[in-house]
Amino acid sequence: MKLAYWMYAGPAHIGTLRIASSFKNVHAIMHAPLGDDYFNVMRSMLERERDFTPVTASIVDRNVLARGSQEKVVENITRKDQEEHPDLIVLTPTCTSSILQEDLQNFVERAQLEAKGDVMLADVNHYRVNELQAADRTLQQIVQFYIEKARKKGELPSTKTEQPSVNIIGMSTLGFHNNHDCTELKRLMQDLGVTVNAVIPEGATVHELKNLPRAWFNLVPYRELGMMAAQYLQSEFEMPYVDITPMGVVETARCLRAIQKVLNQQGAEVNYEPFIDEQTRFVSQAAWFSRSIDCQNLTGKKAVVFGDNTHAAAMTKILAREMGIRVVLAGTYCKYDADWFRQQVSEYCDEILISDDNAEIANAIARLEPAAIFGTQMERHVGKRLDIPCGVIASPIHIQNFPVGYRPFLGYEGANQIVDLVYNSFTLGMEDHLLEIFGGHDTKEVITKGVSADSDLNWNKEATAELNKIPGFVRGKVKRNTEKFARERGFNEITLEVMYAAKEAVGA
Amino acid sequence: MTLADTQPQALNFDCETGNYHTFCPISCVAWLYQKIEDSFFLVIGTKTCGYFLQNAMGVMIFAEPRYAMAELEEGDISAQLNDYEELKRLCQQIKRDRNPSVIVWIGTCTTEIIKMDLEGLAPKLEAEIGIPIVVARANGLDYAFTQGEDTVLAAMAARCPNQAPASETEKNERNAIQKLLHFGRQKEEVAAEESDYVEHPPLVLFGSLPDPVVTNLTLELKKQGIKISGWLPAKRFTELPVLQEGDYVCGVNPFLSRTATTLMRRRKCKLIGAPFPIGPDGTRAWIEKICSVFGIEPQGLAEREAQIWENLEDYIQLIRGKSVFFMGDNLLEVSLARFLIRCGMTVPEIGIPYMDKRYQAAELALLEKTCRDMGVPLPTIVEKPDNYNQVQRIYELQPDLVITGMAHANPLEARGINTKWSVEFTFAQIHGFTNARDVLELVTRPLRRNNSLKDLGWDKLVKETVNR
Repeated sequence: MKLAYWMYAGPAHIGTLRIASSFKNVHAIMHAPLGDDYFNVMRSMLERERDFTPVTASIVDRNVLARGSQEKVVENITRKDQEEHPDLIVLTPTCTSSILQEDLQNFVERAQLEAKGDVMLADVNHYRVNELQAADRTLQQIVQFYIEKARKKGELPSTKTEQPSVNIIGMSTLGFHNNHDCTELKRLMQDLGVTVNAVIPEGATVHELKNLPRAWFNLVPYRELGMMAAQYLQSEFEMPYVDITPMGVVETARCLRAIQKVLNQQGAEVNYEPFIDEQTRFVSQAAWFSRSIDCQNLTGKKAVVFGDNTHAAAMTKILAREMGIRVVLAGTYCKYDADWFRQQVSEYCDEILISDDNAEIANAIARLEPAAIFGTQMERHVGKRLDIPCGVIASPIHIQNFPVGYRPFLGYEGANQIVDLVYNSFTLGMEDHLLEIFGGHDTKEVITKGVSADSDLNWNKEATAELNKIPGFVRGKVKRNTEKFARERGFNEITLEVMYAAKEAVGA
Repeated sequence: MTLADTQPQALNFDCETGNYHTFCPISCVAWLYQKIEDSFFLVIGTKTCGYFLQNAMGVMIFAEPRYAMAELEEGDISAQLNDYEELKRLCQQIKRDRNPSVIVWIGTCTTEIIKMDLEGLAPKLEAEIGIPIVVARANGLDYAFTQGEDTVLAAMAARCPNQAPASETEKNERNAIQKLLHFGRQKEEVAAEESDYVEHPPLVLFGSLPDPVVTNLTLELKKQGIKISGWLPAKRFTELPVLQEGDYVCGVNPFLSRTATTLMRRRKCKLIGAPFPIGPDGTRAWIEKICSVFGIEPQGLAEREAQIWENLEDYIQLIRGKSVFFMGDNLLEVSLARFLIRCGMTVPEIGIPYMDKRYQAAELALLEKTCRDMGVPLPTIVEKPDNYNQVQRIYELQPDLVITGMAHANPLEARGINTKWSVEFTFAQIHGFTNARDVLELVTRPLRRNNSLKDLGWDKLVKETVNR
């Protein structure tokens, strides 16, 4: 047992659900107790999704405990098949079904006899893998399922596209700025003259999957999601993949050069150097920013970076290499992939922290006292407590990290966005210190005078106690309204009764 | 099937598949740890439970909450680790870091399935570490959302002392409400106040409410000369009310049927079965029922209710004649529907996770009476609803408002259907005369908002084909 308040990566089934609901017309059925469908709330709230999340539960209750699921799971699958006609239904195990050890594979096979769509069981073990690993595995499993299905039917295309083309693998729902990143990557590919053959899983249909081998190569922008699928396609079709995250100016260039190499090996004869040079020096503002006086002021400032592998590693490199900021600590919660992280960042930071214990990270931040933090929502709250500004660069995230406006982190526009994020974090921090030195904004006094006009009314002790229980941000309003009410009716003492009467009166 | 045009003679009860969205009952720790200030809630479960709490409770989790997960690992599931030793280690750590007056263990689905004997382990560990340990099985196998509180309070009921502490100072310590009311007063004033009350047997109320609502309801009963001897739960675990055989108890929320049963069967208390004090009609009926049990003639209630209704008129104008559909997820549905029907709304369907017809008998009777008084068809009460079927019925009925969980709210809004997020009713102050306005503030908000958008021409924000 482990005492835990906070977790960075969710349970395994969340990963599977993220993949299933990213595809079009794929439905997931969780084998889970009542209340475990919280994923639907997250997707509906965070992504502000207009459509019903295609996830339902086959409820595990007392009866299931006593007798097993029996027909229940099969019925739920076939019912959903008739109601929604999905192309694929993914039966998703949860922590509960992991220990019940029912033969879910058998249910899937039985349901498949009746269902018009395909049915599969997500191969994830709750106690062995987390959300990210499960997502990676489920995507690979679905890709493999449809490649093998097409091969069996003899529908697997044997030729590559005429023009150089790419599959972008790993864009998914509830991923950190994934939809913006996806748009940015598509633009980048267009600029390079590379056709996008497929983007998976977000917005794809399972019918497209058999066409994956037609692309010249695969691009896997995120370390956590898509590698297994890319490796599977490499082993089956000798498809090369590029797994350099194009985040920051230097890494974007490195990614483009890797793409150039992969294409030229297949006879494309492309040269991206002029494009990289033009973008770096004149189109993107990030390179110029790093040379400007503003950025000079950031030299040697201390920062802590924490997040998933992809974003924490890329951010560390950007801060250290492109902005001259001293990264005193870089960390990741992807413990299962820690070696990769160490190898990526070791030359760019003083210290490395591999942990998924929020208290350990908070203590490290308190000890190091950086000028800014780049982390998840959890680090943002640590920063609030310690009065250190924080830019959010990775999941776990809240609704404000699903902006409506265009905010990619990848590509050249992504580099611009990161400049703003970094710069705003640091200047806010500076401003805070200046305010402290000069004793705050000089307008403060004037404002408070207007708000806290002393009252002629006497609040008795019960009413005062009650007033103090009202949350601070509305207390002033309640006080003013109550006093207004009392004055209008000629009360000179405010009691609990007067308070309630004021609340009951219209407009008070 | 159309429900609006049939007019059933009595309340129609239905039961569907139980395939609906609700919060896991472990969510009760979020409000109970705030209510019981010296408690610590330990949820013994998996990452799934933790992930739910972390996301559902949003910002609260950052405020150094007095709750945590005892996260079960593979070794715990396969019994390679000793449950007792593991729990002892964690509880000692909690004692060291927080020193609470009680640790509440929340059993989950996983502890049920692996049959971890929490009720058996607790007394042993309690004796060893010297902190009371209360066990509540608030799991998703058996319960929905607010029923979590019911399991905790039922467990707490067993911990209420059966006689008042001897010394006067201790007594003062015990009763939070009394202390608050008498705060800073002279002794003789307190004595004089005792005469404000009518002679009646002790009355204990049960149900966790925010402190301002507790004070408010206490005052309402005081106006009738009724004294509340205690409240389950109190502000602190050390202040749990005295319960003696023959004491009267009354519930303030519709989801507390286990607590009621425990109080009657284990503590031999007498349950006052009343409608719940939600809405001015409910509050009046609640007070009247308590008065009638104690043989008191209620004073000034009719005027008070009328006054409240008058003050609600501006909100009622917005909803009169409109229809509301409850998808059902928190067991407050019957009381809210009854209040809204009294406001002039029609209710084609009341979805509800679980319906205890005995505990809610008075509320159901008031619902029936309200429908007759208002001349509207009786609603169908759908227990364990099926959300998919409900959405089909909503498409057909096109209600003016759907009260639903967040999983369905945005998709319904995108299809031009007004929604109100049901969970807000659990966290808002909705009890008593004073808070009736707050309920209507919530109910009318989507209507007021959408009124101001209605001429913009973008009601439906999905392509038609998606509906099918």
